[in-house]
Amino acid sequence: MNIIVLVKQVPDTTEVKLDPKTGNLMREGIDSIINPDDRHALEAAVNLKETKGGKITVLSMGPPQAVDAVSEALAMGADRGILLSDAAFAGADTWATSYTLGRAIKKIGRYDLILCGRQAIDGDTAQIGPQVADYLDLPQVSYVYHIEKVNRKSMVVKRRLEDGFERVRAAMPALLTVIGELNLPRYPHVGRLIDACREKAPIEVWNAADIGVETREVGLEGSLTHVIKTFAPKAQREGEIIEGDVKESVRILTGKLKENRLI
Amino acid sequence: MTVWIETANCNGCKRCIKTCPYGAVELREGKAYILEHCTSCGACVEVCREKAVLTDAEPRTIPDFSDRKGVWVFAEQRNGSLNRVSLELLGKAQSLAADLGQEVSAVLLGSQVSGLAKTLFGYGADNVYLAQHRALKDYRTIAYTKVFEELVKEFKPNILLMGATHVGRDLGPRVSRRVGAGLTADCTELSIDPEEGILLQTRPAFGGNVMATIANRYSRPQMATVRPGIMEAVRKKNNRGNLIKCRVSLTEKEIGTKVLEAVRETRGKVNLAEAKVIVAGGRGVGSEAGMKALFSLAKAFGGEVAGTRIIVEEGWLPVERQVGQTGQSVRPEIYIACGISGAIQHRAGIMGSRYIIAINKDPGAPIFKVADWGIVGDLHQVVPEMTRAVSQSMGK
Ligand SMILES: Cc1cc2nc3c(=O)[nH]c(=O)nc-3n(C[C@H](O)[C@H](O)[C@H](O)COP(=O)(O)OP(=O)(O)OC[C@H]3O[C@@H](n4cnc5c(N)ncnc54)[C@H](O)[C@@H]3O)c2cc1C
Ligand SMILES: Nc1ncnc2c1ncn2[C@@H]1O[C@H](COP(=O)(O)O)[C@@H](O)[C@H]1O
Repeated sequence: MNIIVLVKQVPDTTEVKLDPKTGNLMREGIDSIINPDDRHALEAAVNLKETKGGKITVLSMGPPQAVDAVSEALAMGADRGILLSDAAFAGADTWATSYTLGRAIKKIGRYDLILCGRQAIDGDTAQIGPQVADYLDLPQVSYVYHIEKVNRKSMVVKRRLEDGFERVRAAMPALLTVIGELNLPRYPHVGRLIDACREKAPIEVWNAADIGVETREVGLEGSLTHVIKTFAPKAQREGEIIEGDVKESVRILTGKLKENRLI
Repeated sequence: MTVWIETANCNGCKRCIKTCPYGAVELREGKAYILEHCTSCGACVEVCREKAVLTDAEPRTIPDFSDRKGVWVFAEQRNGSLNRVSLELLGKAQSLAADLGQEVSAVLLGSQVSGLAKTLFGYGADNVYLAQHRALKDYRTIAYTKVFEELVKEFKPNILLMGATHVGRDLGPRVSRRVGAGLTADCTELSIDPEEGILLQTRPAFGGNVMATIANRYSRPQMATVRPGIMEAVRKKNNRGNLIKCRVSLTEKEIGTKVLEAVRETRGKVNLAEAKVIVAGGRGVGSEAGMKALFSLAKAFGGEVAGTRIIVEEGWLPVERQVGQTGQSVRPEIYIACGISGAIQHRAGIMGSRYIIAINKDPGAPIFKVADWGIVGDLHQVVPEMTRAVSQSMGK
């Protein structure tokens, strides 16, 4: 069974801070990690390989340093890594990203399954999986938290809903987006990590020409949505603060609630 | 593509610096300077009024979209009941459509669901596009996508909104790719730009640390998914609309998926979205036993109990009671935050509340910045006292 896993390198947003003076993001010193959901996708792929055999290709689009994420994926058990990196890919929205990834997948060729994370913690869109699936004309199941059965022609998985779950059968090849509940990702194997960082490691870097796309179709130029403004979330309100004796404070507060006909 | 500064034109206004989503522009000797970690996203190019930020990207012409009309809302239903977010979106759609001088339409797919059209009219739909088919009974990605594709091609909407639910976030991106339209995920604010007449879509980014406003100039419909609980459903009394029935043909083979089983888990159903009063606890509550006092206060108000992510991680409350960026957004009349610091990711879910009351022993806690009233004190004393006071006045 041949599996392609889409992996994104993201800044660890739990560490992102805003510069209090300028309101800008301070990116210095923030670690880059494999997007958390994508680790679960990788674990699922390695699991399937262990039971069904086959080959895992990791595919990532990002700046040159995103190769670290690809190496780490190899150390978790992937066989081949491809990094899509080109200045022309920069500034892509999900439309342009899904196109770029889709073209690369067509070049990779044969596969039975594509696995993605549900969403990336930097963009938080959860759009890439379904958009890639549509580009490739594949059935998709999102929010997958259990893989029950995989045959040659179809698979049965469970997907989370807000108030329960669905068991779904999907024809293969298919694309799944997975959530953290699916499994517990293994740690990268140290020996494999050392190998994956060697020059001979099975990692290729492809640019726009390699996947046969024009620069105006990808990156910022190929995007349909554009950020026109960013700003720090405003703290509105800032009302009245009551300090002092508990009974008295509560009395004042209930007075306010009555005034506003809330109680 | 690359971005650079033409220093001769730069007047040091800092617009580009404020706009850069990546903090990759700074002022050096009074002029803008682009740092190494610039991603060439081009946000600075658009805001510069002095033509000092240049790019080798070719300027794009905006196609003529004058034939695209109407604000559409996906009416999400399951087993014949509408998801509340669809009604909230119709509320927002009414004001967007009014700004544009266009109509509001709901798109209703399913099997034997025509009865829901009345509700959709009652919440502001001028038109309901109804497609009914056995194959549409359960939500399935490809089946729903195909119907949307046909409707969009035929009726050419200007705007298409969906709830950012598990269904909407599955369907939205698929439809966007299919019809060739940009899509903005998880918006918290929508408005029409008065000059350009386009939809401005605002959403949190970078884990809620910044807000980004996104435009969709080069494709139609302008698509967005919107978080449940943020917009307000608005009734439109005696509204009569047109029911437009659409024919669809679908085969099992092209759909590719089959729902074998759909299970509702009755994990003590909580309905934070519709609660009028929410008493929420944070780490300051201290223990699972400490939550009891919050339940009593909620009971006095006839409200619900919720909590921060930390409370859920501690196991003091189940996950469906988590409020915030990765939890639910709520819009009660009163939100009472007890022992909550007010981290940005938590605040992201409560800003739609009509009144926010904060109880915290640290007067410097950020939650006070978003509160209408705050009590500085120990919640273990304040909460029971409030319960007494509220029960008394509600009893009267
Ligand atoms: C990507 C991401 C997504 C997230 N999503 C969410 C989300 O959806 N929802 C969410 O809530 N969080 C979310 N978080 C976590 C968030 O950043 C904060 O960690 C969390 O909200 C803090 O919870 P807290 O206020 O309960 O705890 P703390 O920050 O520890 O605050 C406890 C407060 O209680 C006060 N206190 C202590 N004892 C008492 C007492 N006896 N009486 C009165 N006050 C007292 C303290 O002064 C303090 O202000 C997310 C984080 C990330 C990175
Ligand atoms: N640049 C990228 N390279 C590879 N995979 C990606 C990239 N961006 C997104 N993905 C995949 O798509 C999923 C959803 O991402 P997003 O739509 O950005 O929230 C991620 O979890 C990844 O599996």
